Amino acid sequence: MNTQPLPHDLPLQLPLPEGLVKHLLVLLFLIHILFVNFMLGGQTLAVILEFLGLWRKKYDRLAYEISSTVTVNKSLAVVLGVAPLLAINVAYTTYFYSSTVLIGFAWLMIILLASAAFLLTYLHKYTWESWGENQRALHLTVGAAAMFLFLAIALIFITNINLMVLPAYWPRVAGFLSAVLLPSALLRYFHFILATLAIASLFAAGWFGRKGFDMARLPDFSRSEIIALFLRIAMIVTLVQFIIGPSLLLSLPVHGHSLTVWLLIPTGATFAGFMAWALWKELGRASAALGRSYLVILTLLTCTALFMAYGRHYYRERAVAPHRRAMMAKTEAFMWDAKAAQSRARLGETKVVYKSAGEKEFKANCAACHAENTTVVGPPLTEVRSLYTGKADELVAWARAPQVKRGGAPMPSFNHLQEKVLQEIAEYILNTK
Amino acid sequence: MDFPIFHLDFIGNRMLIAITAIVHVIINHPMAVGAIPMATLLEWIAYRKKWFELDQLAYKITFVFFVITTSLGAMTGVGIWFTTALVNPEAIGSLIRVFFWAWFSEWVVFFLEVVFIMVYYLTWKSWSGTKKRLHIGTGVFLSVFSWLTMAVITGILGFMMNTGKWVPFSHEWVPESSMLTGFFNPLYAPQLIFRTAVAFLGAGLFFLFLIPFFKKLSAEVRGRAVRPISLWVLAWLPVAIAGAIFYWHRIPVYMQANAPVALATQDFTKWYGAILWFLLGMAAIVPLAALWGVVKPKKLPAVALIIPFLAVITLLGTFERLREFVRKPWVIQGYLYANGLRVQDYDLFREEGVLSRATWVRHHQVTEENKLEAGGEVFMIACSRCHSVGGVNSVYTRFRKLFPVEKWDEEQLAAYMSTMHNIRIFMPPFPGSDAELKALSAWLVANQHHAVRAEGGQTALLPSAPVLN
Repeated sequence: MNTQPLPHDLPLQLPLPEGLVKHLLVLLFLIHILFVNFMLGGQTLAVILEFLGLWRKKYDRLAYEISSTVTVNKSLAVVLGVAPLLAINVAYTTYFYSSTVLIGFAWLMIILLASAAFLLTYLHKYTWESWGENQRALHLTVGAAAMFLFLAIALIFITNINLMVLPAYWPRVAGFLSAVLLPSALLRYFHFILATLAIASLFAAGWFGRKGFDMARLPDFSRSEIIALFLRIAMIVTLVQFIIGPSLLLSLPVHGHSLTVWLLIPTGATFAGFMAWALWKELGRASAALGRSYLVILTLLTCTALFMAYGRHYYRERAVAPHRRAMMAKTEAFMWDAKAAQSRARLGETKVVYKSAGEKEFKANCAACHAENTTVVGPPLTEVRSLYTGKADELVAWARAPQVKRGGAPMPSFNHLQEKVLQEIAEYILNTK
Repeated sequence: MDFPIFHLDFIGNRMLIAITAIVHVIINHPMAVGAIPMATLLEWIAYRKKWFELDQLAYKITFVFFVITTSLGAMTGVGIWFTTALVNPEAIGSLIRVFFWAWFSEWVVFFLEVVFIMVYYLTWKSWSGTKKRLHIGTGVFLSVFSWLTMAVITGILGFMMNTGKWVPFSHEWVPESSMLTGFFNPLYAPQLIFRTAVAFLGAGLFFLFLIPFFKKLSAEVRGRAVRPISLWVLAWLPVAIAGAIFYWHRIPVYMQANAPVALATQDFTKWYGAILWFLLGMAAIVPLAALWGVVKPKKLPAVALIIPFLAVITLLGTFERLREFVRKPWVIQGYLYANGLRVQDYDLFREEGVLSRATWVRHHQVTEENKLEAGGEVFMIACSRCHSVGGVNSVYTRFRKLFPVEKWDEEQLAAYMSTMHNIRIFMPPFPGSDAELKALSAWLVANQHHAVRAEGGQTALLPSAPVLN
């Protein structure tokens, strides 16, 4: 495709080595997305459990406990998002900004959607006790609304990140929906949502399974029952990923594929496979020993995440590489031409000859509105002369602080010009005929 | 020129940024930066005097602020970034490259601030008894942190505000740069003093404003809260005034001349005096209400608290508008104009035009046939960051005021635009070639009586200004 829009890069050096900023991006983004997982996955689990709690009260208590972690995790998710956003601004300036403009309205909506979602999570958490039995449906609706808002926000982010690396598709994008329908955007989204559920479940297993958690807050559960519940969710979701994941890899537009990508991502998937197997083994343990290999599971998860994150990174790098090379060459040419034009302009500047300094300043500052005989924006010079001949100082004073005399557009103040310049202009106006 | 153009032709791009930024400042200055020291002070007084109800009141008000700052406050903060980057990616992209480490340190401090806010708020009940002193200490610590985030961000703004006689900004293509320029900028100190004082006194007013909503409070408890808060407001007021005066004196003289336009917009410059008196009057209500609160704390009526609360919001909004306006025509002093074009590229643009190497345009050269469409594209690149076609600050409204005639003259418009930056000193010079200037004039004249709206790159395949003829 040779019709890719080819902008210039910003002609400013990167503030840190390019490789470093990209590693920072990958790693800081992983930390951010971890808390996004806790937030979005946590809210989803809380809503599902609260729904089950309509029949079995004990799930309602569990839902409340998860919901109280969501409001804290959401604040961390936001603040931890700032650093990768900075890094992506630096490392992929033209790509990131171009795609955000192309989905501009949806991108702006993130501010409103997230503010609303956050307020709803607070409402959800702090009205859990105070809203009575006949307001349960309303309460569940509040939680579900927050969940759907989070899900919508994730779709906007993923659409943008997908669009960013596909400059060849930019000219076809008109509005957010057309960008959602580009290859791989929706599969990326489903892949992400499933990962979110798996990670939030593993978090919940650890959160309730830790020694410090006061089980008196969930009197109808045993510790092992809770651990088993969340490990089971994580395992099932991970198995489903083995359908979504390969479909996504194959659906990614071809320009980003490389051997590196095809080594990293299957390796990540292998770790995920081991993790699913470890979860299976864990669920077979006696309840007293349940959770013993939790750390092993977390390690396997971390490996999966790292390999997947780098696989994604090298896909992105490869996808934009030829475009970036062409862009750098174009930028370089532009900067040289701009310098050359600057030199030519400097040499040419003396060519225009003015009879006096006053004439030059008049042409630059006044001629747009004042002509010799006709009213343009302001009155003609003939009229100015009839009023001010012999009173140059008054004319200067007027120019410093003009008032409205005739109606129409008021003359702006020229107080920013030096006294000498104003005098020269006055002299030119009053003495030229 | 390099990015697809985001454009809101009805409310205007600047209004979008202004709304986001002002909502953020109104929330975060008083409720985050100012409220933590205010709450800590009340908590300390309650601890010293063993006034449990006062402690509870401070906790409940902190809850309100906690919810608002960690939702709307946080998101509008991100929103300033989102909106400015959409409207002027060249500017934000350049600022982030030069100021990366400042923003990065800002982020570290900001992250810690969020963590401490959560610790402070979430441990209020559990750290009681012997741990109460630790909790108060956390409050003091957090107060310093919140203030630091503001001090860093003001430095970044100071850098953008590099107006007048300043430390020179420079980079590879422009000679020495350092991010410290923002902090040594003459406007840095006055801005920080003003913002600090307004945040602190604003917090006091927000507290006073919220107290009447707690209807179960006895008059005694209310009095115990109102008196120290009123004293606090009175203490910060002179600092705020001093900061404002200091700030005003540091703005270059030629920029002060813009103040009437900045405050009152071009159409209302003759009301400048009236607006100043109105603002002063609003400001004067603050000490009156606070004095009342000190002398008769139990009888301070609820109505008297709404007005100073609105006064502070108005003053903050005005300050931000003024601050934004006096930096014009620059986004980055001496480097980048408000239209997103670098001053160093202007000579090239004058020779070959802004369209010739632009990425998101249909026409790269002006011809007799494409003149009107090309003129519209020149408008999108050179004017649309600040002007709309048919909405706020419409380029047509501006010209109708200047040339109130039935049929505009292309030559006259072109002559005006070629030197208007000397007259309207807040405007950047016209960047393009002569042919483009003529095309732009032709486009303006062609649409004189039926200007419709321009579409941005967020909805159209290519951003486009209307062509009717």
